[in-house]
Amino acid sequence: MTNEIEKLALRPIGRRAALIGLAGVAGTLSMPWIARAQAETIRIGFPTPLTGPFAAEANDQVRSAQLAVKLANDKGGIAGRKVELLVRDDKLNAGEAATRTLELIEKDKVHAVVGALSSAVQLAVNEVTRARSMLYISISQSDTINEIKDFSPYTFHEALNPTMTTAVVAKHSFKKGSKVAYLVADYAYGHEMLRGFKRAAKEIGAQTVSEILHPFGAADYSTFIPTILASGADILCICNFGRDQANSIKQAVDFGVKDQMKIVVPVLLHNQRLAVDPEVFEGVTGGANYYWGLEETVPSAKAFNDAFRAMYKGTIPTDYGAYGYTGVASLLMAIEKAGGTEPQKVIAALEALKYDIAKGEQSYRKCDHQSMQSVLVLESKAKKAMKSDADLFKIVAAEPASESVLRTCSELGFKS
Amino acid sequence: MTVQLIAMQLFSGLALGAVLIMVALGLSIIFGMLGIVNFAHGALFMVGAYAGLYVAGLTGSFWWALLIAPVMIGLFGMLIERFLIRPLYGRSPDDPLLLTFGLGYVLVEAVRIFFGTDGIPFSTPGALRGVVNLGIGFFPLYRLFVIGVVVAVLLLLWIGLEKTKFGLIVRAGSADPLIMRVLGVDISRLWLVVFGIGVGITALGGVLAAPMRNVSPEMGTLVLAEAFVVTVIGGMGSLPGAVIAGLIVGVSVSMTSLFAPEMATIVMFALMALILLVRPNGLYGRAAPGL
Repeated sequence: MTNEIEKLALRPIGRRAALIGLAGVAGTLSMPWIARAQAETIRIGFPTPLTGPFAAEANDQVRSAQLAVKLANDKGGIAGRKVELLVRDDKLNAGEAATRTLELIEKDKVHAVVGALSSAVQLAVNEVTRARSMLYISISQSDTINEIKDFSPYTFHEALNPTMTTAVVAKHSFKKGSKVAYLVADYAYGHEMLRGFKRAAKEIGAQTVSEILHPFGAADYSTFIPTILASGADILCICNFGRDQANSIKQAVDFGVKDQMKIVVPVLLHNQRLAVDPEVFEGVTGGANYYWGLEETVPSAKAFNDAFRAMYKGTIPTDYGAYGYTGVASLLMAIEKAGGTEPQKVIAALEALKYDIAKGEQSYRKCDHQSMQSVLVLESKAKKAMKSDADLFKIVAAEPASESVLRTCSELGFKS
Repeated sequence: MTVQLIAMQLFSGLALGAVLIMVALGLSIIFGMLGIVNFAHGALFMVGAYAGLYVAGLTGSFWWALLIAPVMIGLFGMLIERFLIRPLYGRSPDDPLLLTFGLGYVLVEAVRIFFGTDGIPFSTPGALRGVVNLGIGFFPLYRLFVIGVVVAVLLLLWIGLEKTKFGLIVRAGSADPLIMRVLGVDISRLWLVVFGIGVGITALGGVLAAPMRNVSPEMGTLVLAEAFVVTVIGGMGSLPGAVIAGLIVGVSVSMTSLFAPEMATIVMFALMALILLVRPNGLYGRAAPGL
């Protein structure tokens, strides 16, 4: 059978064959459904928690991802094919995410999955995509997913990870002899950030004086604060995410914590800063993958912001939003280079990809597929220092992409 | 661990208890008087906070928000009672429960549509910022103010129910509506007012919580759980029960925070389970009225 096809394919094209071929082309043109089948739309599944405590960040991810898709379609598609984004609400629930992802793969026949915003949910998506040999670009912070036991050759990590984030944030906020109290959300994200900070603290010579795990999604933090105030710390490191960040910082500030210690967070969230008054976050320091203010120094950031402003009535992209953009855009670049959606070719293209689409040079490390990229350290501005409503943070440092802030491949269990 | 820290933790617990009482009162009143399990409680709490935000935005004053928003939402509650809940009286208690459950979802979605999914800042009013030295440690002035408001609301409720003719009728009506009707009292109007007051107090809780917990469409989700725990521990529909239960839960959460902080949320539910094992109707509960 194969032989016959090969023979057919290799047969020199005669006049009659050419005529038949032409007739075929004409036929295709008059029968658009066949044409569509040939240039099949590239479908990208996008599970993200549209509802729940991370809704603000999730909706930004969707907006930015849609921008990446629009830009691709505007220039005529990728490898001649249209791109479509299929957004699904994972409700911040691992089971829901797994079901939605499976649906995307089985029913919607997506070519790749990008998304998930919570570390635990992302691990569930990764399980599904790994079992189905489906391309997956993860855009949420996790250390576990880098390790060999969770490794999938089909998965690439566009987000920062806790190790690199905390290493850079600690470098710019902890000092030798600092006394650090930790307030940590009791789930994967919090635990991994805490582990990262403590590793970095050990190297710097900072000391842990208190360690409090709080329930995820707690509404009231008042009962944790007396212990923090009594700990004699000079840094309060709050490792939580989404609304927990705004609530815990607000309440800590109400209790006068900032008069005694500096507040440091692993990731200083754009939307959460907007959810409180500037004076609440004033002086709080934390890391970020992206801040729109990068446009002053990074040309690709300027281009990204401008495209975003043009699509969304002058608004600006946020940190987690940018993940949606870089995740989808880098995938599309690789598909273009691979000339299609054939997974092995896309994987090879992603591994070889050097991309600068929003924040400077990025590339995926070969062993664990972690995106090596710059890590920003931001400080929240005082109200009087803000030039506009969007002028939220000062960029304290922009650490360039480097393997030195990552765990080595052999530490993660990969054989070199 | 010093005595001072333990004392401070105890006080934080009592203060948290006051917040929890505030959160649970509306639910407790509506159940106690009307026998309706209001599953839209958390959503109305959240709507109250947004109403406060809206009024504060218009008037530029927290105080007006504190005054007007509960009245606005209380009136809204009366509309709900008149047009949605009243047709269900006399039917199975599940019906109003299902109705309010759905209403809760509708309200949350409506707020998402009109105000967006992002959290919105709600500043602590200027006069109530800062901390007060209690001798054992520092405590935010605003939280002390909340305790004051809770005490005032409880006093007003107590006077209203126990010392006025209106209160007498309400209590009699909740004990035996049929006899009251025979005696010529317009029970429907009474229930309308009680439901409005319950919802108004719930909204007041929302406005008071806004400067502490920030305002977001989902802020009521946890509140519903907290309110139920307090109401169930205290005994469904008992005001003194809600007060005692609020304080017990507050102190339990606070003490757990000191020794096993990751258990701070779970402890409420464990406590509830424990108390229900010993006293199935809660601390002060009678057998549920009318059920």
